[in-house]
Amino acid sequence: MSLNGLNSLYREVILDHSEHPHHKQSLSSATNKITLKNPTCGDVINLEIKLDGDKITDIGFTGEGCTISQSSASMMTDAVLNKTTAESLEMAHIFSDMVMGKEHSQADLDKLGDAAILSSIMQFPARIKCATLCWWALRKSLGDEDDD
Amino acid sequence: MDKQLQQIRKDFPILNQKVNDEPLVYLDNAATSQKPNQVIDEVVRYYKNDNANTRRGVHTLGERATEEFETARQKVQQFINAKESREIIFTKGATDSLNLVASTYGEDNIAAGDEIVISIMEHHSNLIPWQQLANRKKAILKYIGLTADGQLDMEDAKKKITDKTKIVSITHASNVLGVTNDIKQLAQIAHAHKAIMVADGAQAVPHMPVDVQDLNVDFYAFSGHKMLAPMGIGVLYGKADLLKVMSPYQYGGEMIDFVEKYQSTWTDIPWKFEAGTQNVSGAVGLGKAIDYLSSIGMENVENYEKDLVAYVLPKLLEIDGLTVYGPHDADHHSGVISFNLQNLHPHDVATALDMDGVAIRAGHHCAQPLMKYLNLVATARASFYIYNNKQDADELIQAICDTKEFFKV
Repeated sequence: MSLNGLNSLYREVILDHSEHPHHKQSLSSATNKITLKNPTCGDVINLEIKLDGDKITDIGFTGEGCTISQSSASMMTDAVLNKTTAESLEMAHIFSDMVMGKEHSQADLDKLGDAAILSSIMQFPARIKCATLCWWALRKSLGDEDDD
Repeated sequence: MDKQLQQIRKDFPILNQKVNDEPLVYLDNAATSQKPNQVIDEVVRYYKNDNANTRRGVHTLGERATEEFETARQKVQQFINAKESREIIFTKGATDSLNLVASTYGEDNIAAGDEIVISIMEHHSNLIPWQQLANRKKAILKYIGLTADGQLDMEDAKKKITDKTKIVSITHASNVLGVTNDIKQLAQIAHAHKAIMVADGAQAVPHMPVDVQDLNVDFYAFSGHKMLAPMGIGVLYGKADLLKVMSPYQYGGEMIDFVEKYQSTWTDIPWKFEAGTQNVSGAVGLGKAIDYLSSIGMENVENYEKDLVAYVLPKLLEIDGLTVYGPHDADHHSGVISFNLQNLHPHDVATALDMDGVAIRAGHHCAQPLMKYLNLVATARASFYIYNNKQDADELIQAICDTKEFFKV
């Protein structure tokens, strides 16, 4: 019996974000709001963004979910705060490609900050949706509905 | 008896493998059961020797296929003690069976203001068909609540079922709470108010003796795949006098008597409800699964699982920070055990247990209204069957303890 394999998924930084999520709060002056659910597990994310022009000047999330979904949302809010919508959406696409196992450059991964650590989710196919829910919420709230 | 059950593991080839480098401990039987060699071989034998379409051709294979399909029907009839084999309708599964009742009997008999009574512990398959029927007909959907320990509140049932009630539909055994409901008494209450009684037996028929005449239900639905049979075959039992007057479910081949350009007449029950080519190999496999279970004896199956629950439930309850839902008394708990570990999300629990080779379910178990009623988002669920043993139970407990240690909860 061994849970050693779990260490690649539940890295220290992921557990830290899950236990002490960043930006887990409702915004008083959000310009964009969205609620997304993962119907298979009941995870819910309410994502709120304050846009000033095309720059994300504040971001917050509420809702509930597993360690992976909570830490992913926390890391995402860190990554996109003070970025433009174009930069944020590019990051969302990089993240999506990364967890699906597509090729990505180190420079691209660096843009994601802590969130890049979730590339380990590839080894746990059943959990990919947990990691991507918040990024889908970001894309939808910014009007990017492309499937890929 | 125990010895016989100890030996049956060898009949299930899928159990003999490693998952994540650990021996597989399959505890997701409430979702689907594994299949013994006897059933797998029977399906192969059917396709290798006898496959043809039923009730059409005059050739020999067609006759054989038809005979095997009808033999499977008789096996089901005897297994649940229906009065006649024509009261057994083959479906895709319990979901299909319940949809059939809602969209035929329900569509024919429910009017605005009528009441349909279900319970808050229903699986979505015994909830949404009635919810949507009620919405279509402007009928009223009522829910029977639970007692403090998660059992069906029979006092509430007596209040909710009234003279306006036309249909009562309740699960025989819960897929979340591990409770078994008194369908016989519910049927008495329903009939006293001239309502019909429908039971969802998906979690009951695989695990205990079921006698539909004794329960006096009007309809009874279950799936083959949870009782060792292939996926895609299920059963709806219905009393013949009700089935005879009901509208067909689907239209097409094999369910007609005569078809003219603008009118058609329907053939007799049960075939009136079996439009199109049927899942004959599934029915043949179900027949074999029934043979397999009958050779063990359903009372023995029930007692064996009771012993397992009596062994594992106290051990689970001893784990600090673990919450078991439903009754904590093993005598009142089936082999379906839902739990949570502190505030750790059940998906994290299920991933961790999977790394230890232990397969459990995590999520809302297709019972979102129940989850909301219990103020839960989701739970983990371990569910046992005849090929599980005390060693599996020990592996589960150990994996949970490993998980606690890993996540420091």
